[in-house]
Amino acid sequence: MADMPQPQAARVSIHSHDFDLGAEVATLRAGDAGVGAVASFIGTVRDRHGGAAAEVSAMELEHYPGMTEKSIEAMIDEAIARFDIRAARVVHRVGLLMPGDQIVLVAVASAHRGQAFQACEFLMDYLKTQAPFWKKETTADGAHWVDARVADDAALARWGIQADNATGRPA
Amino acid sequence: MKVQVRYFASLREALGPHETVDLAAGSSLGALRNQLIASSPRHAEALARGRALRGAVNQVMGDDSSPVPEGAEVAFFPPVTGG
Repeated sequence: MADMPQPQAARVSIHSHDFDLGAEVATLRAGDAGVGAVASFIGTVRDRHGGAAAEVSAMELEHYPGMTEKSIEAMIDEAIARFDIRAARVVHRVGLLMPGDQIVLVAVASAHRGQAFQACEFLMDYLKTQAPFWKKETTADGAHWVDARVADDAALARWGIQADNATGRPA
Repeated sequence: MKVQVRYFASLREALGPHETVDLAAGSSLGALRNQLIASSPRHAEALARGRALRGAVNQVMGDDSSPVPEGAEVAFFPPVTGG
């Protein structure tokens, strides 16, 4: 059965438990000897809010089940259309997280490093402003929703995509 | 026609997770937001036009002009902050 097509590994996973970079990259590369580069990004929970001294003791991540997966699948399709990449994987955690915990993984495999680096950054910029997740931080002052940053919209604009997330695209 | 409206994050805390709304056929996402604003003082505050909010129709990001088809799942939520 060697000539049967390999089952497509999942490209997007949203779950509360932790992920393992080594295992994720191994799966991403598996069976493709044409891969010559893997670039990955991991976002983690900081212990402070903005630059302020207010220490973050916990973070709760909410998402829109269904739309989250659908929107990130569309982002990966867009990355494949824009860059010469062979595979991509996005894992995002939801639920209660603690400072130091991993939040998000983006990993991209390609033949050469340039396209992997670029596609990884593109996917992360896209996800920050277009995937329906919301962070709520707990500090000594209580729990509060994290504000979206205009800088994240600017990051996506570098790729020629207008975001308007922080200002709220008129809905 | 009936549409299901879902709320997330701070909007969910203010308005609950979802509600079913009677909407005129051919309405846009913007018209739905206006109708919700007019429906109660709580909605008027949470969905006020001055607030940065985003919306989706059938799980795709939309804007004021997005058409809302019959039976659609619509959602309103604050700017996203994942990653």
